[in-house]
Amino acid sequence: MSKKFFNSGQHWVWLNAGAISISIIMVVGLLGLIAVRGLAHFWPAEVKTFVVADGDKVTLVMGEIHSTEDDVQAGLERQQYLVKMGNRDVYGLDFKWLDVKNIEATSVDENVIVVERREWGNLYGYLDNVVKDGVVHDGDTQALEEIVERANDLHQQIREIEKEDIGSINYELEQLRLEQRKLELDNELTDAVLADLEQQRVALEQQFVEYQQELQLLYSDIKRDSAQFSTIGGEKITLTAGNIVRAYQPNQMGFWSKLGHYFSKIGEFIFDEPREANTEGGVFPAIFGTVLMVLLMSIIVTPLGVIAAVYMREYAKQGPVTRTIRIAVNNLAGVPSIVYGVFGLGFFVYFLGGSIDELFYPEVSPAPMFGTPGLIWASLTLALLTLPVVIVSTEEGLARIPKSIREGSLALGATKFETLRKTVLPMASPAMMTGLILAVARAAGEVAPLMLVGVVKLAPTLPLDGNAPFLHLERKFMHLGFHIYDVGFQSPNVEAARPLVYATALLLVLIIILLNIAAIKIRNNLREKYKSLEQ
Amino acid sequence: MTQVLADKTIEQRLADEKISIEVEKLNLFYGQKQALHDIDMKIPEKKVTAFIGPSGCGKSTLLRCFNRMNDLVDIARVSGKINIHGNNINQPGVDVAELRRNVGMVFQKPNPFPKSIYENIAYGLRLQGINKRRVLDEVVEWALKGAALWDEVKDRLHENALGMSGGQQQRLCIARAIAVQPEVLLLDEPASALDPISTLKIEELIHELKNNYTIVIVTHNMQQAARVSDYTAFMYMGDMVEFDQTDTIFTNPSQKKTEDYITGRYG
Repeated sequence: MSKKFFNSGQHWVWLNAGAISISIIMVVGLLGLIAVRGLAHFWPAEVKTFVVADGDKVTLVMGEIHSTEDDVQAGLERQQYLVKMGNRDVYGLDFKWLDVKNIEATSVDENVIVVERREWGNLYGYLDNVVKDGVVHDGDTQALEEIVERANDLHQQIREIEKEDIGSINYELEQLRLEQRKLELDNELTDAVLADLEQQRVALEQQFVEYQQELQLLYSDIKRDSAQFSTIGGEKITLTAGNIVRAYQPNQMGFWSKLGHYFSKIGEFIFDEPREANTEGGVFPAIFGTVLMVLLMSIIVTPLGVIAAVYMREYAKQGPVTRTIRIAVNNLAGVPSIVYGVFGLGFFVYFLGGSIDELFYPEVSPAPMFGTPGLIWASLTLALLTLPVVIVSTEEGLARIPKSIREGSLALGATKFETLRKTVLPMASPAMMTGLILAVARAAGEVAPLMLVGVVKLAPTLPLDGNAPFLHLERKFMHLGFHIYDVGFQSPNVEAARPLVYATALLLVLIIILLNIAAIKIRNNLREKYKSLEQ
Repeated sequence: MTQVLADKTIEQRLADEKISIEVEKLNLFYGQKQALHDIDMKIPEKKVTAFIGPSGCGKSTLLRCFNRMNDLVDIARVSGKINIHGNNINQPGVDVAELRRNVGMVFQKPNPFPKSIYENIAYGLRLQGINKRRVLDEVVEWALKGAALWDEVKDRLHENALGMSGGQQQRLCIARAIAVQPEVLLLDEPASALDPISTLKIEELIHELKNNYTIVIVTHNMQQAARVSDYTAFMYMGDMVEFDQTDTIFTNPSQKKTEDYITGRYG
């Protein structure tokens, strides 16, 4: 029986199936963990009030149970809650460990209100009163909602003026300064030109003053309303409406309103900008930076890799030299990515970027323009990093095109170049796409080299905006991978930010999957079109 | 009839024909190995000439000399002359693409491009810069009719050529080759990968085509050579053993080796 079993090869089938199962379990487990940890963060948790007796002192603690921990200390089993109690401005800390055996009573109060603030994190407490347009409303959540909505509108307007209008005035002023400096360097700065520049500058500054006044109005307007809260310990906290992002009463919410809250939080996470040293708010600039960088990388690496592969496979004489180059290219794929980062910093940023500044932008000196880490250098560095993958898979694709097809084309009077362009390259395009898919997967997840050549913790502007030339390749940008590292390890409040780390990681994985699905779709279309290879 | 033909030598017969391809002292080496030895022959215009011989005797190699397909083999070296309509195609400076336009070729395995039937035939024309829809339409129809394929595919011209049967694919390749209106058509075992009915169709087609083209065909199948060709060359180990009218070769070969091969004693 067992001999028969082994001879049939069944044990190998079982072994292989087992290996596959383990791989799948690991992948699903990883994604599941990230998804659960990340997505649960946005669900409004119940806020509990604990009566804690520590010795003969009794204190009240209010907050969300963030996690529980069991440990055995001196033979005694001990359970602890990590409670997120917020009110950092009052307590100094967001979190507190509570020993379960010290908790005398736990209650859930319906009137508890959670306020997300622009500064100092969440507030947990009770609403005392709302001052709306000079009128005091006692404990009126309706009024609170109204003033928050109004303040958010005003805040939005302020952001727009600050970011877009004043941002573009600053940009133009800088351009004017650079123009003047350039003319000065070229000795072409005549009085007429100078006067013209001065006139433009004055006009811009005039505009700036107007916007400034408008801002002043908005700022005072946003401070009109305020609300007073008291914490469980009895401290009074007064917030102006402009400081409140959103206020909600989690203990009163039903399932559907919790769901609504959940999706509005996820929307904020995806489409908003980060607040409070990246630990609150959204990650939109990071998503934008990641995707833009990967797209630029693809645009650079595909032609380069394809051309190199075509030369190596089709034109170069196959001999020891070609073989050596091929081995070298394959080995490049194994070089640690930080090495590419160092190379990118030394060659692209300092040498290439420095030279560009010197030759074409002497007016920006001493501040560098291209001679500093930026989007274009990050894309180039990653293009270099992923080049071997594209070359190798394109070469394999070219090698798989049957000789008979090439001969058929040549026999009709096509030159080698025409054969390549009209028949061989289109037929090899699925293989090129495979290379690109692998390249995208690798590049989107790469962080280490980016830290040297262009990624920053917080970029003041997106690399794409309304100021000509719209795409600013020299700008620094944010990246999801670096964001994970930054939020997880560099933020002042690691405990609070941890769920965001999971959420950001999930987002990064989803974006890579999306980019890959797009590329795979294109490849499948191409395959369908040129499916003769399987003859 | 046989008697009359037998009276004339091959030289006399060929003197009556217009000569399309003239081969003089052709030698071909693959690296150190010599694959063709001093080939001399004249291929008449608008006739079917068959090359027969055992595998590896050099008949395909010789055929591929006529449109310089051997250029693709790095280690191949050719010496000697091949005059096609008086021009030596082996001299330097010959435009190989131009030559291949004049000397079409159909391969052993059907090799349509992974494009539509229409685009397969338009391929050679587009290479010459002919992109006018009307002209292309006309040529495609003409070529498909010429290859006896029009009636079978006229309703699906824009479908992928790879959806056709093997025999249809091979006739498409012939249509593709004649679409550029070459003077010579080289067929390298065109029916060896096909079923008997497709083979029959290809043979009928060859009969039709010889009115307009000089055809050189390599075949393993001696019955096929006997059926379709006017002249037959028997090759052995890179030598042209005998070249004569097909009837003569099959009924009254002058060389012992030819007779042995034809009667199936080897090969």
